[in-house]
Amino acid sequence: MTYKTILAAIFVMAFPVVSQADAIGDDARGQQIFKKCAACHQVGANAKHRVGPILNGVFGRQAGTAEGYTRYSQGMTRAGIDGLVWDLEHLDAYLENPKSLVSRTTMNFAGLKDAQDRADLIAYLRVFSDNPANIPEAEPTGVPPEVTLSPEILAIVGDPEYGEYLSSECLTCHQSDGSNQGIPAITGWPTEDFVIAMHAYKVKVRPHPVMQMMAGRLSDEEIAALAAYFKDLE
Amino acid sequence: MKLNRRLFLGATAATLAAPYVNAAGHGRPKVVVIGGGAGGATAARYIAKDSKGEIDVTLVEPSRSYYTCFFSNLYIGGFRDLSSIAHSYGTLASQYGINVVHDWAVGIDRDAKSVTLAGGAVLPYDRLILSPGIDFVDGSVPGWDTSAQNAMPHAYKAGSQTELLKAQIEAMPQGGVFAMVAPPNPYRCPPGPYERVSMVAHKLKNENPTAKILIVDPKEKFSKQALFEEGWQKHYGGMIERIGPDFGGNNVSVDAGAMTVTIDGSVEKVDVCNVIPAMKAGRICDMAGITEGNWAPVSGHTMQSRLDENIHVLGDATNQGDMPKSGFSANSQAKVAAMAVRGALTGSKVFPAKFSNTCWSLIDTNDGIKVGASYQATDEKIAKVDGFVSQTGEDADLRKATYEESVGWYAGITSDMFG
Ligand SMILES: Cc1cc2nc3c(=O)[nH]c(=O)nc-3n(C[C@H](O)[C@H](O)[C@H](O)COP(=O)(O)OP(=O)(O)OC[C@H]3O[C@@H](n4cnc5c(N)ncnc54)[C@H](O)[C@@H]3O)c2cc1C
Repeated sequence: MTYKTILAAIFVMAFPVVSQADAIGDDARGQQIFKKCAACHQVGANAKHRVGPILNGVFGRQAGTAEGYTRYSQGMTRAGIDGLVWDLEHLDAYLENPKSLVSRTTMNFAGLKDAQDRADLIAYLRVFSDNPANIPEAEPTGVPPEVTLSPEILAIVGDPEYGEYLSSECLTCHQSDGSNQGIPAITGWPTEDFVIAMHAYKVKVRPHPVMQMMAGRLSDEEIAALAAYFKDLE
Repeated sequence: MKLNRRLFLGATAATLAAPYVNAAGHGRPKVVVIGGGAGGATAARYIAKDSKGEIDVTLVEPSRSYYTCFFSNLYIGGFRDLSSIAHSYGTLASQYGINVVHDWAVGIDRDAKSVTLAGGAVLPYDRLILSPGIDFVDGSVPGWDTSAQNAMPHAYKAGSQTELLKAQIEAMPQGGVFAMVAPPNPYRCPPGPYERVSMVAHKLKNENPTAKILIVDPKEKFSKQALFEEGWQKHYGGMIERIGPDFGGNNVSVDAGAMTVTIDGSVEKVDVCNVIPAMKAGRICDMAGITEGNWAPVSGHTMQSRLDENIHVLGDATNQGDMPKSGFSANSQAKVAAMAVRGALTGSKVFPAKFSNTCWSLIDTNDGIKVGASYQATDEKIAKVDGFVSQTGEDADLRKATYEESVGWYAGITSDMFG
């Protein structure tokens, strides 16, 4: 099935065409929902590409074309080539079930089942897109990172050889070829994102008990070593 | 453990400097691995992969297809088909250069450092890795021995036994009785029997809703008990009865001809009887003379046998300390052993041993639970550091996510074992 037929099936009938941006949803609520996305995506003035691309200006953008972002899956690039443009309808379908719209996307997100949640999130994203009616007065502040790490911790240069040994513990569940069947892929992440994520588990900001346990006994150097090793695995 | 990196790098340098010799005296050092399951396949793969051809690895395993015990209960419950839990050794041979020999090891000469196969071949080794899994203790359930396993299957080694048990459940008369004789500690996969009961109940609820399940259990308590009992109440209210030691669950015998189970003197006629006897290390460990009691004692630092430093033992066969006998544990131990073996034979870096385990179980559709812990090696044993377990009363979304995670784990560990 192409994304077009899926759209026809799951979307067009269900979602009334909305012309007024402010009718999309509640962007304040959307900002809360965006926390689910913030581990991988940034928005706002200082946004950078992370695991996922910057989402400023996503409205109207051809899929797979955010400037300077180099990590698109073949599936996403292909969808863009096939003509997928991020408009309201397609964002809604993608957020509902990413893999049903873009079958081999690497976005590890189960989807938002609740239509109101999606509408609110899209309203929030819309704030960061280039639509004169919707550009906010004040600079958006974006979302704060999950944990604030000292520059010393972020500066540790990991030893990939040590990381390779430590990684054997991860590979009981996470697959080394980056495929994902219920447990997320951890290959090819930018080092800093990897380090922040592991520290967030270590201090139990992120909720998963297995990961809290695994990260809980890794030293700062061991986390850096793992980040260094997994960064280069494709 | 607080790891002092400088300290252990120091230790590594010492390992590097130590002379290492290859007993055969010429050619590449040889590692023979007996048993191509969770422990053995992982160890063979890691040694071959990480030594990049410097070590000659032979894997001895009689079966051409390995059926994982993990997820075999889900096959019984109808959540998996049998072919989805079967794995072959093709990639280990073709991609990792492992010499896979489909035969039984029948003798080990520790002085000559060689393994004899049933087919007559003799394989010399510099290091031997044993991961033969379990065998059953004779006489632990009076009336049952392996000659009774067709009438009363154990299904505790996966494959044809699992298929047989499933077929017997399907052939039960409406309102019939499924009995399980649960094993005493220690045994393979602590939650395994109770996950099995859940999966049998799931199947019967659809196909034979008036049937009953009777568990005869010599143990006071069992793994994830509160979680299982809550789930059984919720999904299968009234179907499952467990007789613990207080009511004679530790005084049981069976008659495979008459299909009866005798509990503390009272005879029950049953339709299916799943006997899971007491367990011990796979027989080859006894033949090698490396067991004490029923199991093979090992050092947690390297998984070396306490009785022979040229032999490493993995997985269910070992007596190592606090880790449960699980596929996850065997896989985790295999990586520590692989590192130690490479260090000893090629002088590669050796890092401190770390272990972990998580066991997921499925109670009913999308109702998954888990228990896990991390471990470190001390001089006496593998010691538990930290752990977690699912909670009673968790919401349905979390239980579903836990189940989905177990599916991901299955894909992960089987590709970590077989490439
Ligand atoms: C019903 C059930 C459910 C389970 N569920 C889980 C689960 O969800 N998660 C989990 O982590 N674990 C689970 N387990 C436990 C897991 O299957 C075992 O702990 C794991 O397989 C142990 O690995 P091993 O390498 O020690 O032995 P095995 O995996 O049993 O491998 C031993 C291999 O050695 C071979 N062998 C034996 N003797 C010889 C010989 N003389 N020569 C050559 N080869 C030989 C055998 O053919 C076998 O292939 C479950 C077990 C059962 C029974």
